[in-house]
Amino acid sequence: MLSLSIYFKYLAVMALVTYLLRALPFVLVKKKITNVYIRSFLEYIPYGVLAAMTFPAVFTSAGGVIPSLAGMTVALILAYRRKGLLTVAIGAVALAAIVTLIL
Amino acid sequence: MEQNFTKGLRDGIPICLGYLSVSFTFGLLGVGMGLSWWQATLISLTNVTSAGQFAGLTLMMEGGALIEMVIAQFFINLRYLLMSISLTQKVDERFRGISRWILAMGVTDEIFAVAMSQEKPVSKRYFTGLFLTPYLGWGIGTLAGALLGEIVPDGVAEIFGIAIYGMFLAIIIPKARDSHPVLEVVLIAAILSCVIYYVPFIHLSSGLSITLCAVVAAAYGAWRHPLPAEPEEDDAGTVPSADNDMQAVNITKEVHHA
Repeated sequence: MLSLSIYFKYLAVMALVTYLLRALPFVLVKKKITNVYIRSFLEYIPYGVLAAMTFPAVFTSAGGVIPSLAGMTVALILAYRRKGLLTVAIGAVALAAIVTLIL
Repeated sequence: MEQNFTKGLRDGIPICLGYLSVSFTFGLLGVGMGLSWWQATLISLTNVTSAGQFAGLTLMMEGGALIEMVIAQFFINLRYLLMSISLTQKVDERFRGISRWILAMGVTDEIFAVAMSQEKPVSKRYFTGLFLTPYLGWGIGTLAGALLGEIVPDGVAEIFGIAIYGMFLAIIIPKARDSHPVLEVVLIAAILSCVIYYVPFIHLSSGLSITLCAVVAAAYGAWRHPLPAEPEEDDAGTVPSADNDMQAVNITKEVHHA
């Protein structure tokens, strides 16, 4: 369990960084970014972050490796078919749960 | 077309519905990973961002260093910086001062996209309405998921760990399917991340590893597949939303491969 003081430290850091990223440019910046490389970098960053967070963590994310890989496979298929976030998440959990029960 | 508070509230309803399901998952997961219901809800009410919250939750429960939290949040949410800059070009002249400090909380992917699609300059009343409905949805969805999560037994909760990554895949895969540059960025980041994790003599904390992988992959993407220059600002309402940028990525790809 997380102690309350540690929880509030994390919370403050998360909220502050996220807020300042939104507020500072909104209040201060008057011009647009025209540099195409900076704009492209910012465009690609979220996908790099999400991919690096997902792999290799997803391989053990449902406990054991086999349920995790089964859930990941379902998630990949559903995501490829453009299903919504919740559908993909539930699909992955459902198969991971079924495989865990069988094993 | 009048552009007031009520219209903002109305325009926010579709966003609100989308947010309910995502934040419900966050609440369920937060409690599954060990937070109490009010802790999960408070994160949603103070952050109002999906990927950043899920990443923050992971770092929180793994006991990551605070500096890792700063770095992860900074890079995951860096896109808001761009959106906020774009939004300064779109709001009317009375939307300034303290209202900008407060309403900056409402800069999310979806609210930004709807605000930028308005024909007229965006007033602070309209933006307040446009922020309020999704914000309520985000909070209520989290609370509902968290309360349900409290009654789910512990052993079951572990399996829910995969839900986060399922959501991440649901964000990444459709974009990677549409855009070859995004696919390259995703593959580079994923492979590099696995190398750092599995090669025994490399020791990096998860936060730093994620940052390094993402920066390398995005820098490669920007270098090899820069987006085309933005169109001129003559006609309001044509400033690229995230989707338009993705179309731009596709166009770039075709040009590169032509």
